Amino acid sequence: MADGIARTAAAAELAVQAREAARKSQGYWAGVWKRLRRDPVTIACALILIAMLLAIVFAHLIAPHDPYQGSMLRRLRPVGTPNHLLGTDELGRDMLTRLLYGGRLSWFMGITPVVLAFLIGTLFGVLAGYVGGAVNMLIMRTTDVFYAFPSVLLAIAISGALGAGTINAILSLTLVFIPPVIRVAESVTTGVRGLDFVEAARASGAGPLTIIRVHILGNVLGPIFVYATSLISVSMILASGLSFLGLGVTPPEPEWGLMLNTLRTAIYINPLVAMLPGACIFATSICFNLLSDGLRQAMDVRA
Amino acid sequence: MLFYLIRRCLYAIPIALSVGLVCFMLVHIAPGDPINAIVPADAPQELVEQIRKDYGLDRPLPVQFGIWLAKVSIGDLGTSLATGRSVWSDLSVAIGNTLRLALTAALIGFVLGSVLGALAGSFQGTFIDKIAVGLAVAGVSVPHYWLGMVLVVIFSVQLPWLPAMGAGPGGSADWAWDWEHIQHLILPAVTLSVIPMGIVTRTVRGIVAEILNQEFVQTLRGKGLTGRGVFWHVVKNAAPNTIAVMGLQLGYLMGGSILVETVFSWPGTGLLLNNAIFQRDLPVLQATILVLAMFFVALNLLVDLVQTALDPRIRRG
Repeated sequence: MADGIARTAAAAELAVQAREAARKSQGYWAGVWKRLRRDPVTIACALILIAMLLAIVFAHLIAPHDPYQGSMLRRLRPVGTPNHLLGTDELGRDMLTRLLYGGRLSWFMGITPVVLAFLIGTLFGVLAGYVGGAVNMLIMRTTDVFYAFPSVLLAIAISGALGAGTINAILSLTLVFIPPVIRVAESVTTGVRGLDFVEAARASGAGPLTIIRVHILGNVLGPIFVYATSLISVSMILASGLSFLGLGVTPPEPEWGLMLNTLRTAIYINPLVAMLPGACIFATSICFNLLSDGLRQAMDVRA
Repeated sequence: MLFYLIRRCLYAIPIALSVGLVCFMLVHIAPGDPINAIVPADAPQELVEQIRKDYGLDRPLPVQFGIWLAKVSIGDLGTSLATGRSVWSDLSVAIGNTLRLALTAALIGFVLGSVLGALAGSFQGTFIDKIAVGLAVAGVSVPHYWLGMVLVVIFSVQLPWLPAMGAGPGGSADWAWDWEHIQHLILPAVTLSVIPMGIVTRTVRGIVAEILNQEFVQTLRGKGLTGRGVFWHVVKNAAPNTIAVMGLQLGYLMGGSILVETVFSWPGTGLLLNNAIFQRDLPVLQATILVLAMFFVALNLLVDLVQTALDPRIRRG
């Protein structure tokens, strides 16, 4: 009986704590949202990115032409040509259509490596930070080796060795971004591990997995996430850069970097059309950068 | 302090060895047998085996790595499969060209970045600050290979002021500091300078703003120091971290100029690497990446040492 009461009391206590925690975290996210709303630049960037995402996802519905079908008679038409709003490329294919379809691969190749690196890097970084000792040594010294390569060089070296291809380009960029994510994850985890509430959880009998899941991840995912968003811009520039070099997407697939490459000779005939794919990369990358800056400030992360 | 310096130098050795290992493995993660890059596909089997033996490709990987490492450490980087010349003869010329480009770009980027960053940090929240921050974000967000093309369209195609390609008149390889050559350097260097410009602007802005908020600056002002006097104190305190960021940026420029070199056909390491990749000239690929990475390792070491020497507050354990 007494045992039953104690258990109920403990449960009630836990419920109160849970509600408290929920209210607090609600307060945190409400605060983040409140700060974001007052930041017109970040909101504008988010809206532009959402509009772009919708346009490329529904490219098959809104694109006026076939992305692969060209005509030798209509090559390199200027911007504003009737029926071809943004002109045509070096093989007479509609630029607007190809830019819409091209965004799919450019976005996919830019974002996938960051997502993969976020998952893998967090795993190893948290492991290194939480376990410490020899495991930490092994993981962190291995990342040091990859830090000895400038990131562009490493991406090009791995892609160059593996050969051209979308999957190889994604693979090489993922490898490039894992070490910096590990470093951030390790440093925030090490910072959190020694705090009192983790010690308290351990003392009250929580296992390592519970501590990592509830107490560590809850506190470190925010900073790592913000850091990962700042990588998207670099990743998109590099992914398109690999395709620009001929190491990523292969023709006739539309992709912004590859389009920029095949249009290089057109700068003497129709410079404006030749510049369009790069302008798309620039717009996307700058929006992601500003969005990441805004998130960092709103979430009050110092990393 | 001395202990730290020695330890830091010693730590560079395993890093350099691991970098060597990664470069060595690059050839072996390549799909297919590395021998296929050397002999034509229709070569008779005996010849393939003979060449495999000549190149030492029949030995176990650790042995191959040992032999390669021994050769590299005495400066023998192998022979190019495409040209038959020693890799070093092409690579040394290319490194000179890339250094010239990277140092010029660094100079432009660092000077602009420091000035913009210092202005933005001193006048936070003002119009000047917003412009500097905007330029910095644009600098790190722009795909520089595209910026290179835009500059070519403006300054070579529309206004025929500057050449669009190469490193000298008539494709000559010899460099001289005269206008004939320098005009080839301007566009690629400006293109390459936007990234360090953006990053240095952001860094310097942050550092200057933080220093200006510290109490000792208030004290200096209270003692009657103005303008130039405070400026020197800020420079002295901002220098170590700024130099560290600049050092790393120089390394990134050396390794990251491949895209810009391709756009401008600048005959540096990037163009060499690009050609090596598409001709599957693995010794050149391996050697170029190795040399660039070693340069980066050395630069990292140098930055750490200089930063420690400049800033006695950094007590590294």
